[in-house]
Amino acid sequence: MRFSGWKVFTEGLSGNKGWSAHWRDAQPKAEYDYIIIGGGGHGLSTAYYLAKNHGITNVAVLEKGYIGSGNIGRNTTIVRANYFLQGNSEFYSHSLKLWEGMEEDLNYNVMHSQRGLINLFHSDGQRDAFARRGNMMVNQGDDAILLDREGVRKHLPYLDFEQTRFPIYGGLYHPRGGTARHDAVAWGYARGASDRGVDLIQNCEVTGIDIENGVVKGVQTTRGPIKGKKVGIIVAGRSGQVAAMAGRQLPIESHVLQAFVTEGLKPVIDHVVSFGMGHFYISQSDKGGLVFGGDLDFYASYAQRGNLPMKEHVMEAGMTLMPMIGKAKVLRSWGGIMDMTPDGSPIIDKMDGIDGLFIDCGWNYGGFKAVPASGWCMAHLMATDTHHEVASKYRLDRFRTGVGIMDEEGTGSQHNLH
Amino acid sequence: MRLTCPICGERDRREFVYKGHALALDRPDPDAGDDAWESYVYLRENPAGVTRDLWQHDGGCSAWLVVTRNTVTHEVLKTELATAVKEAQS
Repeated sequence: MRFSGWKVFTEGLSGNKGWSAHWRDAQPKAEYDYIIIGGGGHGLSTAYYLAKNHGITNVAVLEKGYIGSGNIGRNTTIVRANYFLQGNSEFYSHSLKLWEGMEEDLNYNVMHSQRGLINLFHSDGQRDAFARRGNMMVNQGDDAILLDREGVRKHLPYLDFEQTRFPIYGGLYHPRGGTARHDAVAWGYARGASDRGVDLIQNCEVTGIDIENGVVKGVQTTRGPIKGKKVGIIVAGRSGQVAAMAGRQLPIESHVLQAFVTEGLKPVIDHVVSFGMGHFYISQSDKGGLVFGGDLDFYASYAQRGNLPMKEHVMEAGMTLMPMIGKAKVLRSWGGIMDMTPDGSPIIDKMDGIDGLFIDCGWNYGGFKAVPASGWCMAHLMATDTHHEVASKYRLDRFRTGVGIMDEEGTGSQHNLH
Repeated sequence: MRLTCPICGERDRREFVYKGHALALDRPDPDAGDDAWESYVYLRENPAGVTRDLWQHDGGCSAWLVVTRNTVTHEVLKTELATAVKEAQS
């Protein structure tokens, strides 16, 4: 089934009876060439690009829940390419370009909205840091504009400019940044992969990884054993458990990150805005809800729900920045489990010492915007056994060797600091 | 989530700073080699279930604590002084 204006029109006239399921709910076969563990955004995009870019279609995506039930359906939907360090910069730049062509490529409306992202700063030091970041973004070929206070006021007149505690000095404006409909990204990639022959197998939890003499042979699942020549682990917050099935520990600690949404309001916030003095970021969905979030709860957790202290902190930060949202009622809050690495940067690599086993993890709290490039590069690695040029720095062994640590925030490469 | 400091009693989670998995109590020998140090500094068991981690009662008595808790339910099972745990180990 393809979408088009004509199809929408004719379906409207015929009672919308001609729409079909977007992808096949496949049953597991005994054997595949490639097995992807994890049917989230990254797993689905990996399967899609294996099929599209490399012609590899004998692929199974094994999802323990249902497609779109993990972090792909839990994030705050922000898409941006404003990274500073080499290694990250070219990767996210590539990802944003893929976002810009995604809807046409997938024939799927993911509601990608390049409404602009503004990161506010509140001191001279922060201004210098953002000027430097902006220059790196421009050097990478992306867009960044340093706004002064009056420049910010033109875009965001509703901010509390008069406060003395955290005065707004300006902002780094990234016009190509924005948001997308997160569920639709999962559905679009799922359909694209399924149409090309990939089997998406839901309610199929992997319980073991079969390895013989250092070579991966397949996986054990709740729906029986499945043989495979190459296996990719793409399971975000559950990376630790799945890697343990292969006898490995990872430099990953899983943490809960909360997000919030208010009742639907009339359009009021046109951009994605982040506060520089407290961790807070906000945008407004097309349905009208204010979608916002803050920092991790900062202790290892798999609970998919957070505690009150961080809720309070996020609300306080929001009220400090834009008091006008104080009367909006919070409709829901929820948590997602983040695969945190010590340096805050991801891993796309072979599992050293086990032929045919690959891992894509460590997306911290920034995995959504990386969905297309992560899949693109993971597919490249699995298909060709070589690292894609924009993901060549995402090595698993950088922690062991100390070479190539990418601490984007500059806070130190240590588990409790990101 | 509330933690019970053995010295100060039950307190709000905000008084405590999280350090991470309690393997810091098992610091390897300086010459132990790359494997031991990578494991100590970076690699994590990262269990979904019962774990032991180090917290400091930063907003209270400043004591370091070993907290045994469940990462899935957030239930706190036991709180001990890190010094006591370390002494019991040696």
